[in-house]
Amino acid sequence: MAEINLSRIVKKYGDGFPAVNDVSLRIADGEFVILVGPSGSGKSTLLRMIVGLEDITDGELTIDGERANEKAPRDRGLAMVFQNYALYPHMTVFENIAFPLRLAKDLGEEEIRRKVEQAASMLELGEHLERKPANLSGGQRQRVAMGRAIVRDAKAFLFDEPLSNLDAKLRGQMRTEIARMQRRLGTTTVYVTHDQTEAMTLGDKVAVLKRGELQQYASPQELYDEPINLFVAGFIGSPPMNFIPVRNQDGVLHSPFGPIPVTARDEAALAEAPELLIAGIRPEAFEDAALLDDATRQDRAVISATVDVTEWLGNEVYAYLPFEADAEVSQALAELDRDLDGESLRTQVVAALDSRTRIGAGDAVDLAFVPESVKLFDPRTGRNLSRDDENAARIAERSEAARQQALERAREQHSGAA
Amino acid sequence: MDTGKLTTGRKILWAVVSVLVAVYALFPVVWIISLSLKSPSDVGNQQFWPTAVSWENYELIFTGQASELFVPALINSIGICLIATAIAVVLATLTAYAVSRLDFPGKKFILTMALGVSIFPVISIVTPLFNLWSRIGLYDTWLGLIIPYLSLTLPISIWTLAAFFRQIPWELEQAAQVDGATSWQAFRKVIVPLASPGVFTTAIIAFFIAWNDFLYGISLTSTSAARPVPAALSFFTGASQFEEPAGAIAAAAIVVTIPVVVLVLLFQRQIVAGLTSGAVKG
Amino acid sequence: MSTTTKPAPGARTSDRARDETRMGWLLSGPAVLVLLAVTAYPILQAFYQSLFNYRLTDPDARYFNWGYNYVVVLGDPQWWQTLGFTLLVTVFTVAIELVLGFALALVMLNAVRTVRPWLRTVILIPYGIITVVSAFSWKYAFDLGTGFVGAWTGNPGFDWFGDFWTAFLVISAAEIWKTTPFISLLLLAGLAQIPGDMLEAAKVDGATWWQRMTKVILPNMTASIMVALLFRTLDAFRIFDSVFVMTSGAQGTATVSFLAYAQTISQLQVGLGSAVSVLLFACVALICFIFIKLFRVDLSRARGE
Repeated sequence: MAEINLSRIVKKYGDGFPAVNDVSLRIADGEFVILVGPSGSGKSTLLRMIVGLEDITDGELTIDGERANEKAPRDRGLAMVFQNYALYPHMTVFENIAFPLRLAKDLGEEEIRRKVEQAASMLELGEHLERKPANLSGGQRQRVAMGRAIVRDAKAFLFDEPLSNLDAKLRGQMRTEIARMQRRLGTTTVYVTHDQTEAMTLGDKVAVLKRGELQQYASPQELYDEPINLFVAGFIGSPPMNFIPVRNQDGVLHSPFGPIPVTARDEAALAEAPELLIAGIRPEAFEDAALLDDATRQDRAVISATVDVTEWLGNEVYAYLPFEADAEVSQALAELDRDLDGESLRTQVVAALDSRTRIGAGDAVDLAFVPESVKLFDPRTGRNLSRDDENAARIAERSEAARQQALERAREQHSGAA
Repeated sequence: MDTGKLTTGRKILWAVVSVLVAVYALFPVVWIISLSLKSPSDVGNQQFWPTAVSWENYELIFTGQASELFVPALINSIGICLIATAIAVVLATLTAYAVSRLDFPGKKFILTMALGVSIFPVISIVTPLFNLWSRIGLYDTWLGLIIPYLSLTLPISIWTLAAFFRQIPWELEQAAQVDGATSWQAFRKVIVPLASPGVFTTAIIAFFIAWNDFLYGISLTSTSAARPVPAALSFFTGASQFEEPAGAIAAAAIVVTIPVVVLVLLFQRQIVAGLTSGAVKG
Repeated sequence: MSTTTKPAPGARTSDRARDETRMGWLLSGPAVLVLLAVTAYPILQAFYQSLFNYRLTDPDARYFNWGYNYVVVLGDPQWWQTLGFTLLVTVFTVAIELVLGFALALVMLNAVRTVRPWLRTVILIPYGIITVVSAFSWKYAFDLGTGFVGAWTGNPGFDWFGDFWTAFLVISAAEIWKTTPFISLLLLAGLAQIPGDMLEAAKVDGATWWQRMTKVILPNMTASIMVALLFRTLDAFRIFDSVFVMTSGAQGTATVSFLAYAQTISQLQVGLGSAVSVLLFACVALICFIFIKLFRVDLSRARGE
């Protein structure tokens, strides 16, 4: 069990370019923290610095309050699951899992066998103990790698994109498995991924990185509800948030789909903001106006557009609505898209609508949404002008309380079972 | 392609093909075995098989007249080839590790040079060495053969090992360090077990090549002080001056062939992998 | 993960890069030195010696003769005859080895599972046989005194080594027998790399067996074929052992290597022999150059990169 503290961590390679720049993170004991970002964001480098496989150029890393910058990996007491699992091909599953215990040298054969078997049964590897990694399926290898991590009482678990080599179905199952295991053991965990779904579902807290710089470090809900900037807003959520260029004139936001009212929340922030803004609306914020009763419709803002393509997913319908963007804004949007590893070919809005909707391709449609669900961003800085700091603090408090409670419950159950 | 069931036609076809390949590969070997088992009177009978199996030729080379020539040659061959192989494998392991693991200017040059040396005509090396060795007293000594043998064994060893080492998942070394290993433990417990099959295979291939040498052996030796078996074979004489030494040569040939064939049979999978991974890999 | 761990090109060398360079050369240094010592030094020495009139039996009469040795060698019909024979053996054996080796590779690739390991073992045996032993085996098979071939072909009195063409055939047969397995293994490795779905796609597209062979398999194997061809050609061009054992160069079957050996080691004509050695080296370098430049053989493929 450990608290890991990163203070102003910098990593520079030979060419002087900082792969990680001035990142500070405080990872509490028992917390499950996700490092997420597109490729080249420095998330894996950061993880490898924590475990000691990369030198730290500047800043301080402490584990349990003790400076660890100069410690060899083996002295840090951390366990890691590698992206390609890094199983030893010449050892059986049993020996792979036992390897860290054998290195520790202070355990008897009996004790090692007991611990390995315990770990194996937890991961349902019992019947494969005598096989070699080459004869295992991807999911089984993944579990062996996890077995090697959990078998010793590591201070923390580090995962480097552990699920990226698995197919979609297995990935979902293993994700739940990892979450369950972490809750049960209550071990501090740092987990690197580029997949925002993994980040949102697994993490107590998520650190979003972009080109080596920390964008926001908060609970999944805070990232979703109160993103700090355009990048985080665009990265978190699936399908991603829609960005529409709007002009703030005479107290109204003029969008390609018609006017959008300015909310009381945003009025103050807009006083010093430029005229041209980017409005962000999540796909799931839209509703088909035709399905609303008049009273509800009164409270909503409504825009009109023509549907290009629809996708029916059973529980909901995605409607795609293309629009022409200002040259000025489309450049900012294209850059954002590149940052997010995207390859979108056209500017469009996606609306995730209730499956009761009757709209089809080519229809003109009225889309309704709560005006407060629109976030306004400064296109030059990317800053979220609509961010509500008080709400963010409330969310943070709530999720921390929920985490403590879950951890407490797990510990009670664990000690009850033992 | 493997299709589950074999028709009778396909079975016969494969039987015929297999027999043809076997005849092709084994015919000269069987012939020389047969020749080695002929008695002196049989040797000139122009028949494929001996009329009666005789061990006379083997007696001749181990205890008889030809033993003075053959037994020291066998010892020379084994000793010189083992030493040349060992040196080559040690040097090549260091080089191949550097080339496949580290990034430094000149590593392309090293690989290209190894390749260049492996196509070097041996006779172009022999001529000056013959001269030099005579002058500095290395002519007709073990060392005088071990050094030039390195020109045969070292390039192919570097080449084969570099190909093997490239396939080692080196991140395992890091995984071991995270698991609590020291650098030495990571090397000893993870890298060595993974690298040793490659080193072993390379050693076998290098040994074959040294064992196969004839030109150095015949040019740089003059007595049984250092003359290896392939060179000694051409100095064999028959039981009497007018008799063909064919039987004795055949027996000696079989004796030096057996260890190699045994090695081939035991390690064929590794040898094939080594020969081809060093040469062609896409 | 795609975070780069290598410094960008043109960057200032870091301590780590400098460390790695030092380590790299420290580890490869001994091998590089040995390789230079056993090849670069001798070839330079051979070149130096080739410029002298020098007989080992008469060392005092040694004098610098301004490359006259080359004039002697190149003006001697024996050199051209030898070179011609060497080229003939090289082209003939390599061509047959390539065809035969490809056939063997196809047999191994398509062999049913029960036969395959067995075939592979059998095919490796010739590779393991010492060249001299193989040469003796073929020699005694055809030899007038010991051979059975004469009796089998109904011509017991015929001396196979008494005529240029028959001697050439026996020498070539021994070479082909010994080295075809090696070439077939190289080609098999190339064949095995052709993805099965590519062949299936060709089948679906309607290609016949012959069309698949010429339009899909061979074009995708050119690299491994060329590498195999280059190494076998250079190897065949240096042929010595079989000639020494079977004919000792009689009936015009001396090869360039044999000529160099005869000059230096047998006749102790160090000056002339060195000139032949240098010319042989030049021929090998030329063949290599032709392959790399004209046929664009990519040697980095050969190094397994």
